[in-house]
Amino acid sequence: MAEFTLPKNSVLTEGKTFKAPQGASNIRRFEVYRWNPDSGENPRVDVYELDRDDCGPMVLDAILKIKNDVDSTLTFRRSCREGVCGSCAMNINGKNTLACTKSIDAYANTIKIFPLPHMAVVKDLVPDMTHFFAQYASIKPWIATQTPAPADAERLQSHADRAKLDGLYECVLCACCSTSCPSYWWNSERYLGPAVLLQAYRWLADSRDENTGARLDDLEDPFKLYRCHTIMNCTDTCPKGLNPAKAIAETKQMLVKRQLG
Amino acid sequence: MATNANRPTSPHLQIYKLPLTGIISISHRMTGMLLSVGLLLFVYIISAVSGGAQSYASMQAAMTIGLIKLVYWGFIYALFFHLCHGVRHLVWDAGKGFDHETLNRYALIELMASLVLTVMTLLIV
Repeated sequence: MAEFTLPKNSVLTEGKTFKAPQGASNIRRFEVYRWNPDSGENPRVDVYELDRDDCGPMVLDAILKIKNDVDSTLTFRRSCREGVCGSCAMNINGKNTLACTKSIDAYANTIKIFPLPHMAVVKDLVPDMTHFFAQYASIKPWIATQTPAPADAERLQSHADRAKLDGLYECVLCACCSTSCPSYWWNSERYLGPAVLLQAYRWLADSRDENTGARLDDLEDPFKLYRCHTIMNCTDTCPKGLNPAKAIAETKQMLVKRQLG
Repeated sequence: MATNANRPTSPHLQIYKLPLTGIISISHRMTGMLLSVGLLLFVYIISAVSGGAQSYASMQAAMTIGLIKLVYWGFIYALFFHLCHGVRHLVWDAGKGFDHETLNRYALIELMASLVLTVMTLLIV
């Protein structure tokens, strides 16, 4: 059952404020969600004032600046700093995105940073992704074939068939879309969510895959697939500009077409 | 390693800025619910009409009260909005209209269309 308010242990409290260094003229205010698993306290929002002139251009640069120079206890995930690893997905000013590809100057005033919404928090900006990746594994994200492999060549694909994977293969599984989806917030135990459904469609759309029937059987479920109500938050928020809602609609169409024969 | 059983849930509705499509989606649900409740009023009106001159007159007197007028014009707007977004869903179910650039444009068209339909009804009645 959907719970619209936060449970008692998740209600935000006021945190500490870290003032900008003396002489800073170009000050930017960052409000960051903090939760320490060892403290026994509720999550809080700490305020950091940074000198914009002494900080890199991206939101991730600001977070790194905080960790390096202001408060080393701040915990977050990051790796590639160029939008291909999906680690630094978080909620910035009310929208999920990758901190590394989002410029500080894209926001006007205070920048508010929260972990991906409606997730169990491990620490600070680090959500527990176990369930998300288990759901990804459940759709068998690998090619499945019945015919024997060609003796002297790879399994080939026409240019046109390869083009069908554009807009699907680019997904980095950052979970921005799934955690932006109210339907996923309320039903994530059973609804697969936009990211995993886009990945599922990536294999349905692959001309080399020979397991389409079984894949569709698996998705034909009131919860796994049909909890999508075309709210469109997923497509709105995807930091890679992909369209999970469209992939879901195409999957629904494949199911209807199969039923009609 | 044991996981901490006291992990908080990260904020969701509290912090998420719904895009226009998201706002329209939840409004579609809410208008759907309000329209169901509004049907009771509709039944009251019909039963008043069938109940003879006296019940008709008292119903009509009620319907001229400003606040009640506001309610039924709200009902009609909700009806048209619900209808327009329903059409949007039909287009989506046909696999069309998912493009990024068109999302907000179509959302605005829906809102304008339901407003125009409401005003047209107002002028005709």
